[in-house]
Amino acid sequence: MSSATSVIEPVVFRWHRAEIVAIAPVTPHVTSVRLRCGLAAAYRAGQHVDVRLTAEDGYQAQRSYSIASAQDGSGTFELMIEGLPDGEVSGWFSQAAAVGDHVELRGPIGGSFSWDGPDGGPLLLGGGGSGVVPLLAMLRRRAQGWRQIPAALIYSVRTRAEAIALAELESLAAADPNVSLHLATTREAGGRRIDAALVGDALARLGPPGKVFLCGSNRFVAAASDLIMAAGVAPGLIRTERFGA
Amino acid sequence: MVTRGFVGRRQPPETGARLPPGQYLTDDFPILQIGPNPAVDLATWRFTLREGSRPIKTWSWAEFEALPRTTWTGDIHCVTKWSKFDTTWEGVSFDDLLADAGIAAPTNFLVAESYDDYSTNVPVADLVGGRALVATRYAGQPIHPDHGGPARLFVPHLYFWKSAKWVKGLRFTNVDTAGFWELRGYHMYGDPWREQRYIGD
Ligand SMILES: Cc1cc2nc3c(=O)[nH]c(=O)nc-3n(C[C@H](O)[C@H](O)[C@H](O)COP(=O)(O)OP(=O)(O)OC[C@H]3O[C@@H](n4cnc5c(N)ncnc54)[C@H](O)[C@@H]3O)c2cc1C
Repeated sequence: MSSATSVIEPVVFRWHRAEIVAIAPVTPHVTSVRLRCGLAAAYRAGQHVDVRLTAEDGYQAQRSYSIASAQDGSGTFELMIEGLPDGEVSGWFSQAAAVGDHVELRGPIGGSFSWDGPDGGPLLLGGGGSGVVPLLAMLRRRAQGWRQIPAALIYSVRTRAEAIALAELESLAAADPNVSLHLATTREAGGRRIDAALVGDALARLGPPGKVFLCGSNRFVAAASDLIMAAGVAPGLIRTERFGA
Repeated sequence: MVTRGFVGRRQPPETGARLPPGQYLTDDFPILQIGPNPAVDLATWRFTLREGSRPIKTWSWAEFEALPRTTWTGDIHCVTKWSKFDTTWEGVSFDDLLADAGIAAPTNFLVAESYDDYSTNVPVADLVGGRALVATRYAGQPIHPDHGGPARLFVPHLYFWKSAKWVKGLRFTNVDTAGFWELRGYHMYGDPWREQRYIGD
C-alpha cells in the first residue's frame, strides 16, 4: 500500500494558534479563509487540518478542512469552507469570522490522500462540491514546477455559480494543454451527473492515469470510483476521501 | 483559547454525557476509507486466523455463518468526529471464534487485515470477554459494502477505524504492530473517551 504514496513518518499533532489574515466569499456558499500558522511551513497537497473553536464557557467543536493552497513560503495557507445551514463550525466561518480572529489548528493530516510532483502522474482528479478543495491544492502544486505531468479534473457541482475557483480552473485548462477540465453541473438546464461518457472524455484526454484522487460526498465518490473502475482503471490506483454522508 | 463570536450548538445533557470529547452526534452514517470498496465475493470469501504467517484456521462464508451469533447495541465513535447512537450489530464474537478454532490467544496483540490491504492493530485484551465481534449484520441486514460488508471487525469501545472493514483475517503478533492509519500518525490504541486520535494524544 505504501508504494502508492510517499511514506509519511509518524508525527505528533499539536494544537497551533492560527490567525485569520484574509477572508472572502468565493461562491454564494463558500468562504475562502487564509490563516497564518506555523503549520503552513510544511504540508502536502491534499492534506487537511483539524480546526477547533472554543466558546467563552470552554465548550469546543472540531471539524476537518482540506488545505486549498499549495505551499508558497508565505507562512499562510488557504481553507475553503462551505457554509451549511445551521452548521456549527462552517456557520461560524461564513457568518462571524473576520480578519484578526484566532482559531486553533492541528495537522497536516492525511498522508495517503496527498500528492507532490515526485509522485508523478498522469493525475486523474474527481471532486464533488467542496470535495474539489484538496484537488485544487494538487493542481496548484502541479503548477509550481510539475506542469509536464498531465492532469484531468472531473468536477461535479450543482451550478456554475456554485463552482469553487471556476475562473482559475477554466483559465488553467485553456492555457495549459496538459490540463483538462470536465465539469458536470447537476442542477442546471442541459446539466448532467457524472457518467461513463464524461469519464471516457477525461481518460481520452489524459491517457492511462498513474494516480487517481476522488473527494466529495460518499455518493459522489462511490459513483465516480465505479465509473473509473468500469473504464478499466486498476482499483489500487484510486485514493478517496469522503466528506460526511 | 476563546474564539471570538463562537457560541456553538450545545447538546442536551443526556446526549452530552454519551459523547466522548470532541465528538458530535449524527443520524447519518458517514464513511471513512482509503479507496473504493473492494469486490468481495461470498463464494470465495475466507476468514483466516494466523499466528505470524502460519494459518491457524480458515472459515468459508457458510462455515462462518454457522458459528454462534452475538448481537450488540450501542454507540459508535469515528475519529473524523461523528458519533452515532444506538446502532445494532450482529456477528461472531472473538471469544466464539477462538473457541471454534480450539485455541487460546497465542499472543497479546493482533493485526486485522482487510481485502483492500487495509490493516489495523488491536490488543487481544480489547477483543476478549464479549468486547468485539466479526460483524456480518447491521440493523438486522447484511452489512452494505459501504460499511464494510460482508464482514468487518467490530470493536465499539475504540475509534471506528479500529473496526476494519472487509476484514479477511486476524493475525496474532508478538508486539503491537502499527497498521495503515497508525503508520500515518493515528494513535496506536484509539480510546475515544481519552481522545486518542493521533500519536501523542
Ligand atoms: C477529511 C475531511 C476534509 C474536509 N474538508 C472540507 C473542506 O475543504 N471544505 C468544507 O466545506 N468541508 C470539508 N469537510 C467537512 C467539514 O469537516 C464539516 O463536516 C462541515 O463543515 C460541516 O460542519 P459544521 O459544523 O458546519 O456542520 P454540523 O453542525 O456538523 O452540521 C452538518 C449538517 O447537519 C445539520 N445538523 C447537524 N446537527 C444538527 C442539529 N442538531 N440540528 C439541526 N441540524 C443539524 C446542519 O444543518 C448541517 O447542514 C471535510 C471533512 C473531512 C472529514
